[in-house]
Amino acid sequence: MKPQPLALKVLNIASGLLFLGALAMVFLYAPLEITMNYVQKIFYFHVANAWVGMLGFLAAAVAGVVYLIKHDQKWDIIELTAVEISLVFFLIAIAAGSIWARPTWGAYWTWEPRLTTAAILEMVYIAYILLRQGIDDPDRRARFSAVYTLVGAISVPITFMSIRLFRTIHPVVIGSNSSATMGSFDMTSKMLFTMFFTLFAFSVIFVDLFWHRIRLGLLAQQVEEYKLEEL
Amino acid sequence: MDKENQTAEHKPTSSFVGVVGAIVWKDLAAELRSRELLSAMLVFALLVILIFNFALELDLSTRRVATSGILWATFTFAGTLGLNRSMAVEKDRGCLDGLLLAPVDRSAIYFGKMISNLAFMLMVEVIVLPIYSVLYNTNLFNPGLIIVILLGSIGYVAVGTLLSSMAVQTRTRDVLLPILLFPVVIPILIAAVKASSGFLQGLSLTDVMPYINLLIVYDVIFTAVAYMVFDYVVEE
Repeated sequence: MKPQPLALKVLNIASGLLFLGALAMVFLYAPLEITMNYVQKIFYFHVANAWVGMLGFLAAAVAGVVYLIKHDQKWDIIELTAVEISLVFFLIAIAAGSIWARPTWGAYWTWEPRLTTAAILEMVYIAYILLRQGIDDPDRRARFSAVYTLVGAISVPITFMSIRLFRTIHPVVIGSNSSATMGSFDMTSKMLFTMFFTLFAFSVIFVDLFWHRIRLGLLAQQVEEYKLEEL
Repeated sequence: MDKENQTAEHKPTSSFVGVVGAIVWKDLAAELRSRELLSAMLVFALLVILIFNFALELDLSTRRVATSGILWATFTFAGTLGLNRSMAVEKDRGCLDGLLLAPVDRSAIYFGKMISNLAFMLMVEVIVLPIYSVLYNTNLFNPGLIIVILLGSIGYVAVGTLLSSMAVQTRTRDVLLPILLFPVVIPILIAAVKASSGFLQGLSLTDVMPYINLLIVYDVIFTAVAYMVFDYVVEE
């Protein structure tokens, strides 16, 4: 096994430091929100996790399409990596959002476009992983998962739009806000800065995890090849 | 375009439409003789309605809001049964390999299977609708509803045929299809249920139109996607 390249080691340390920095920013630097108090602090992590989840979703879609064009196993590993990371981070985002929603909306869960779409996206990811587990041949597994990624990547945004035809209560923090949303707030510049710092920190963590998972995927591929040679 | 020219060189007589027609005809003829797929789907659909009857206590007021939801849940479940069976038969008896060996465009196979799956689904719906009407004394003969059911079934079958041809090639095939299919057909269900209940409650066309448009968009997109990627699903 090749040792970790220097850039990856630097990235490991950087993501650790940035995470601590983000924690410090959220708890020490950002001011308290008047109506929601400490509950609002989870918002920074909720947004950052959802952001990483979205990055993973986009990366998976792109990797799926590239695989179908190039037929290179490398893109299959990238696609799986993106899906796994996105699955975990969306799960954290949903959990954090629920914790925030309980005191703000009065319920852990509402059937609102973003929440529902996030839940359905998780289902698509779980189906994706079940599909992969059901296929032994690596080439066929890669082809089928790329096709399913593509189908999911198109259907999930349509799901979002179709639920959006109803009204929403999810606050839109940046940009216009309709009067139907609950729990929205105006961010001070310190809050805004904290949010963007957390987003940046989590983006770096995303890249770091991505890199590690791809290395793991390549190793797993080697193991599979050795096993085939043994036979 | 290239592919069509190539196949034309090998076998000049088989046009794209001819191939699609031949596959549809084969499926319908096989079904006409065995009747195992339609009867299973139909009995299953009626059982689902029966279960809903007891699960939801369908009195008059519940029926008004729940009818379109019950219908679509029934079609969805029965549809999965049909899709699974129709592809599994091809796989088990080696028909799929035979079809793939034929010097025809692979997407013609997709459209053939899709149209025959659609035909089975519509047949089940045509039988279920009047039975539901009689059982619950509800008038379901509404031209708008028929259009919604047609559009919804097209989208459902377009994705379903693609995913079922993937699912039959896996180890966990019988359980995998609904897991793969349901999360990605949710837009169809949302739009179809909303549009159906809109028509049944006599809403104006402007209220229902967004959902009809959504169904059309979904149908077009997913038929196109399935057409493009079907090659990768059956490639050996």
